Amino acid sequence: MSEFLQLAFSGLTVGAIYALIALGFTLIYNASDVINFAQGDFVMIGGMGTVFLMAAGLALPVAALIAVIAAVLVGLLLHRLAIEPARGASPVTLIMITIGASIFIKGVSQILFDKQFHSLPAFSGDTPIPVGGATILPQSLWVMGTALALVVALYLFLEHTLVGKAVLATAANRLAAKLVGINVALVLALAFGLSAAMGALAGVVATPITLTRYDIGTLFTLKGFAAAMLGGMGNPVGAVVGGLLIGLIETFAAGYLSSTYKDAVAFLMILVVLLFMPRGLFGSRAVERV
Amino acid sequence: MSTPLLDVSGIGIAFGGVRAVDEVSFKVATGEVFSIIGPNGAGKTTLFNLVTGIYRPSRGTVRLDGADITAVPPHLRVRSGMARTFQNLQIFFRMTAVENVMVGCALSERTSFLADLLGLPSVFRQNRVTRAKALALLERVGLADLAEAPAGALPYGALKRLEIARALAADPKVLLLDEPAAGCNAVETEAIDNLIAAVAKSGVAVVLIEHDMKLVMKISDRVLVLAQGRPLAEGPPRAVRENPQVIAAYLGDIGSREADRAHG
Amino acid sequence: MKAILRSRLTPLLALALVMALVPMIAPTSFHLRVAALVWIFSLAALGLTILMGYAGQVSLGHAGFLGIGAYAVAIGPARLGLDPLLCLLLGAVLSGLVAWLVGRPILRLKGYYLAIATLGFGVIVALILHSETELTGGPDGMSVARVTLFGWRVTGALNWYWVSAGALLVGALLALNIAASPTGRALRALHDSEVAATGAGIDVSAKKLAAFVLAAVYAAVAGGLLAAMNGLITPEAASFSHSVELVAMVIIGGLGSVFGTVLGAAFLVVLPQALTAFQEYEQAVLGLLIMVFMIFLPQGIVPSLRALIEERLP
Repeated sequence: MSEFLQLAFSGLTVGAIYALIALGFTLIYNASDVINFAQGDFVMIGGMGTVFLMAAGLALPVAALIAVIAAVLVGLLLHRLAIEPARGASPVTLIMITIGASIFIKGVSQILFDKQFHSLPAFSGDTPIPVGGATILPQSLWVMGTALALVVALYLFLEHTLVGKAVLATAANRLAAKLVGINVALVLALAFGLSAAMGALAGVVATPITLTRYDIGTLFTLKGFAAAMLGGMGNPVGAVVGGLLIGLIETFAAGYLSSTYKDAVAFLMILVVLLFMPRGLFGSRAVERV
Repeated sequence: MSTPLLDVSGIGIAFGGVRAVDEVSFKVATGEVFSIIGPNGAGKTTLFNLVTGIYRPSRGTVRLDGADITAVPPHLRVRSGMARTFQNLQIFFRMTAVENVMVGCALSERTSFLADLLGLPSVFRQNRVTRAKALALLERVGLADLAEAPAGALPYGALKRLEIARALAADPKVLLLDEPAAGCNAVETEAIDNLIAAVAKSGVAVVLIEHDMKLVMKISDRVLVLAQGRPLAEGPPRAVRENPQVIAAYLGDIGSREADRAHG
Repeated sequence: MKAILRSRLTPLLALALVMALVPMIAPTSFHLRVAALVWIFSLAALGLTILMGYAGQVSLGHAGFLGIGAYAVAIGPARLGLDPLLCLLLGAVLSGLVAWLVGRPILRLKGYYLAIATLGFGVIVALILHSETELTGGPDGMSVARVTLFGWRVTGALNWYWVSAGALLVGALLALNIAASPTGRALRALHDSEVAATGAGIDVSAKKLAAFVLAAVYAAVAGGLLAAMNGLITPEAASFSHSVELVAMVIIGGLGSVFGTVLGAAFLVVLPQALTAFQEYEQAVLGLLIMVFMIFLPQGIVPSLRALIEERLP
């Protein structure tokens, strides 16, 4: 039982990170129909940026803030310089553009930073907190707390602010949004900026647990993508649930079955879900009109 | 009526609780032009999708030439002699006009994946046969001049005829045309009108969805009126036109369209 | 002139001509090896050209099939004592079989869903090659036995150059054959409209599956040649980034163009070699190039050039 609880804690911790990445995917997908394969690289920018800024003598909060801002800038540039000029391109072309962006970000990062693994000190020490026979690291609470806070903040922003409603309206129907006077270009930029910020923040709080390196983004992208798909592409609730589920399942699989194939579990799951529920857990089924 | 070629009986489907098509039956004989009309959203295209197997009906049967084809997947229905065109154009835009029609000939082609891969002489013989047939069909619909033009560059009215040529390439016994004249000008409509009459005359049962009432009344042998997924009336054009229920349904449609305009 | 541009076998003749010329101007065996790599990756990418360019189905896990072919040539002789040439064939068959099994369910998916499903498949293959250390040698990979072609030991850059060139010519011929056949028409048709292709009596899922299996066989043969030529193979061959490079080759050269695919492969194979002096910048440049091409030349090099030439010609 305590082993089960222990695994559940670590599953929820990684799951929370996946959920944030999946949420980033969802935001961008809803606003622009683009699947952003550089999503995981925002996580890396948040982590690596904080590591190097702290090494330069800045305090953690300042370093984290600057790193997140840097990620947001990268997100905005990605939208402005790569996605915007290719408007109307096919999904495959758009996928390849963001994959190119991801490779580019990694390439620049290994020049700017280095090729080593880095970590951050845990924010509130390393003393495990006993919970019901298992223990939980304070940093895990930071990860889950940050994820929860971001999800709530995003929800409030989308549902209770004018700009947030504009984002939702654009997601629902871009043309209609344009017709009622919503600045769609601004909304798109906002979506890219927000997803970058969420990814980078996830990177900051996760780095003490997961470590970071210039190329760590790919795996995060793939897991986050899998989570978003599992939940049903475009559904924010689905993204969060999908993220937590993938985190839990792969942690349990690693704990009870084989840690070698931990990363395969997420993809095996995705294949199964796609085949039996092609629209994901929370996706709506559209009927093709001919 | 002689033995019906197409026999649709009690067919229906529901989407999310809404009965899009409900208990519709009709029969079409060889050489007949049978039109399905009705206000927008009456379920005409859905009915086509049920008959051609794109949707699986929740009830009812479709028989072609006496055989029950209700459970036959769409690509095999072509084999039993059923071809169609689409309301929203479904053209192979990256191919030339003649290639579009050649695809329609797929069923009559005698070749295999392996032969195609190896580029055996039989493949090229087959290509020549298919091409000749496709060109003849383009000639028949009046598009011979545009055979080598990319389909993406053809005007709308030509694309409508191209779809008919492609459907005819399957040598169908039943041809289902979904709004073949929609968006066409008077000249183009006239051409399509003549084409449909000629096709029916050559021994094909034509099932037609069309909004152009003049066209429907002129070339149909019988008309089925659908409203809200259910059959409202069926009979010769004249009888249907004078049916008070039909008039009410259409006025209702026009009325609601006016209302839409006022609000929109 | 237009007739030559449009003739079915023109790309093949052009390719053969280039193949004959390269050894005359390649100064060292290093350059010949790079050229051989171009032919091998072109072969792998050609399969994707059939799948993506003709049939419009994306695969972001195609390096998985390349890995299957490569490891068949590595594992067969080393662990089972089989003839390498036989293993090349077995690898192709195995890859095709896996593609058939995997493709049947996942080819029902479209767009992004198909992308993630194929990606997942590729990642799983890479992970297996990575983890089954006893069989595959794990992350360090394994060495590959020398190939004997009917008693002739294939060694040296020039020999490998000709073997890979020959394999590519055969692959290109088959791809051009398919393009000009009823099967090719069916694939291009379902690319534009699956509903209409079905309406024409085409079994869309069967055709997609055929293209997928064929693409997998191309990749496996290329993988086998790659392993045999290098004498060493690592799980990197099946990695996601390799899959991305294959897709990039197809798109950069021009979706659906055989000659363009070779050009795209040449570009992506030669570029890193040219950048070895600036190894640090290789990834950044590669990423930038992929972006620039996708944004400004989404049609690829060859179709854009052809359009330009045909425009200028009377």
